[in-house]
Amino acid sequence: MSEARSHIFQRLRAVPRPEVDTTGRDYIPIYQWDKAERIKRFTERMQAVRAEVHHCDRSSWLSKVAELCRVKGLTNLLVSPTTEWGQALYQQAESLPSLTGYDQPIEAWKQEMFYGIDASLTSTLGGIAETGSLILWPNSDEPRMMSLVPPVHFAILDTEQLYTTFAEAVQAQDWLAQGMPTNALLISGPSKSADIAQVLAYGVHGPKELVVILV
Amino acid sequence: MKTEFRIQVDQALGKQDVRAHFRKAMDTLMTNRRNQFPDNAELQRLRDQAQVIRANALSKLPELLEQLEANLTQNGIHVHWAETTDEANDIVLKIMQKHNATWMIKGKSMVSEEMGLNHFLESKGIEALESDLGEFIIQLDGETPSHIIMPAIHKSKEQIAKLFNEKFPDIPYTEDVDTLTRTARDILREKFYNAPVGLSGVNFAVAETGTLCLVENEGNGRMSTTIPPVHIAVTGIEKVVEKFSDIPPLLSILPRSATGQPITTYFNMISSPRKQGEKDGPEEVHLVLLDNGRSRIYSDPELLATLRCIRCGACINHCPVYVRIGGHSYGTVYPGPIGTILEPQKSGLSVHGELVQASSLCGACGEVCPVRIPIPNIINRLRYEGVHQEESSVLDAGSKRKPMEAITWKAWSWAATHPSMYNLGSNLATQVRKLVPNHLGAWTSVRTAPAIADKTLHQQLKALGVDHE
Ligand code: SF4
Repeated sequence: MSEARSHIFQRLRAVPRPEVDTTGRDYIPIYQWDKAERIKRFTERMQAVRAEVHHCDRSSWLSKVAELCRVKGLTNLLVSPTTEWGQALYQQAESLPSLTGYDQPIEAWKQEMFYGIDASLTSTLGGIAETGSLILWPNSDEPRMMSLVPPVHFAILDTEQLYTTFAEAVQAQDWLAQGMPTNALLISGPSKSADIAQVLAYGVHGPKELVVILV
Repeated sequence: MKTEFRIQVDQALGKQDVRAHFRKAMDTLMTNRRNQFPDNAELQRLRDQAQVIRANALSKLPELLEQLEANLTQNGIHVHWAETTDEANDIVLKIMQKHNATWMIKGKSMVSEEMGLNHFLESKGIEALESDLGEFIIQLDGETPSHIIMPAIHKSKEQIAKLFNEKFPDIPYTEDVDTLTRTARDILREKFYNAPVGLSGVNFAVAETGTLCLVENEGNGRMSTTIPPVHIAVTGIEKVVEKFSDIPPLLSILPRSATGQPITTYFNMISSPRKQGEKDGPEEVHLVLLDNGRSRIYSDPELLATLRCIRCGACINHCPVYVRIGGHSYGTVYPGPIGTILEPQKSGLSVHGELVQASSLCGACGEVCPVRIPIPNIINRLRYEGVHQEESSVLDAGSKRKPMEAITWKAWSWAATHPSMYNLGSNLATQVRKLVPNHLGAWTSVRTAPAIADKTLHQQLKALGVDHE
């Protein structure tokens, strides 16, 4: 163990510590929002930061994605062939831009990922109505860069997984029992900045467009 | 003799346009924050909760740091400890050297500013490139941040347009913010693509799970921690919290207090390097835990509250001194009220002790602080520490003591507790009142000299028939 470490601990342990009354620590704000209200709030929040939100269902989402790809003039779409959504998309490949899978480590195709991919589509673990956020736990099927590097990111959100607050989502999905993944994310809109004279600009480093498909 | 701080303040006050610019920016930030908390009771409850979470974490700091270290190590993240910024810089340098890395890309990190990391690496022939848009802009101009959340807030659109045109002459001049942003994006994309090492700060470190949390809007934090094969995170030892359930309330109050957003675009929770079978993310993740005076602050039961800070910047946005003199005048890494209490404690009252004078004690900072740090009380305490003589936990306590001032106050307190002496003195003052000079140093540079009344308060009250009691 390093000397710095033991010195720091010596100093921290040398002093009496205050007792802290932890009343109120675990408070979770309760909103009585039913599903329709959660969807409404989520949509408003997302749109306020210039994300696109499309209300679909399990029969219509696929044609919506196809239509949006056409409208946006996308030539390819990065999507996992193994997720529920990916499987459906690969079966409809003829109505979509060319589909690419993230099937090898990034080192093997970094150039293409950075400069050749128009858009990606990922699933989500859920959503948060209060803040208008998507929950993502990237994994080997849908790695971290999918929601970060391509200029357009489509995310599918199952409205059954739309929670009221972040705290509620963490509890309902029992994150602690599952164990934290390499990288967990909340995404609340496209990348943005107000660093130039406080003028809001979108698409700084992450996706310029975030398209949320609710099913 | 004027100190450097006073000179900088004088210069800043003379720049009308910059002052107007800051005024406008801070007004917007204050309005945005206010709009995020329409229900005052809810705001106060949230502040209580955030305060308890941070105070609880500090009360268990050594245990939580041990738990954090154990969990991070188990998750495969390398943990390093640094007592000083020199040590922290050396740790970063060694990691760079191990990977033969000649440069790194950086996400926004105030602790790396505290370390003077860019400067240090440069002296070793290593380039550290900032990727946060604000940091990127000021790095181009060779400046330091003027605000902890919005580092380039002192710059106008026109200044940034000129700067880009000067540094990237191939790109046509434009004042269009979207075009300027796209220019930065394109330049930095290529850098992210090639960077051998990425560096970031940490907003919260969760002991329970060994998770490093980052709050940001642009994606520079995600890029820096996802794309390069090596990720180095640097943070202060106070940033730890006990449980994962502590995170949602802190995440709820931080961006709302800071910029008045309900949440930032990205909340990034990192718990390990790339695992077997995963296809991207860094193979190696390091965390450098920096003390740099924090454990000394920890030893004082009153000053300990300083360490609750979650670096939201709300105290800065609401400070009537900051808005007038701007961030650079402070001459420190952290400006505004938080800088006023943190910097003198970190580097000593003899170095930055003068900053505690840069407050009107209006109390705005303490009122908006999401973790209820009693900033005005701490300012008062540090003013006292600067001039008193006893043993103290504060570095360079007593260094602001002036013998003449000390004697004057001693004499005053003696006279004030001896009525006959006091009456004699005040009577005398009314007699010689014509002799008070018109010029009384700094006081009369913008004010007229105060006049002594021709009768003492006692005499006036007596004349009014007011009884003794
Ligand atoms: S002192 Fe309080 S208001 Fe100031 S930056 Fe820290 S947490 Fe925010």
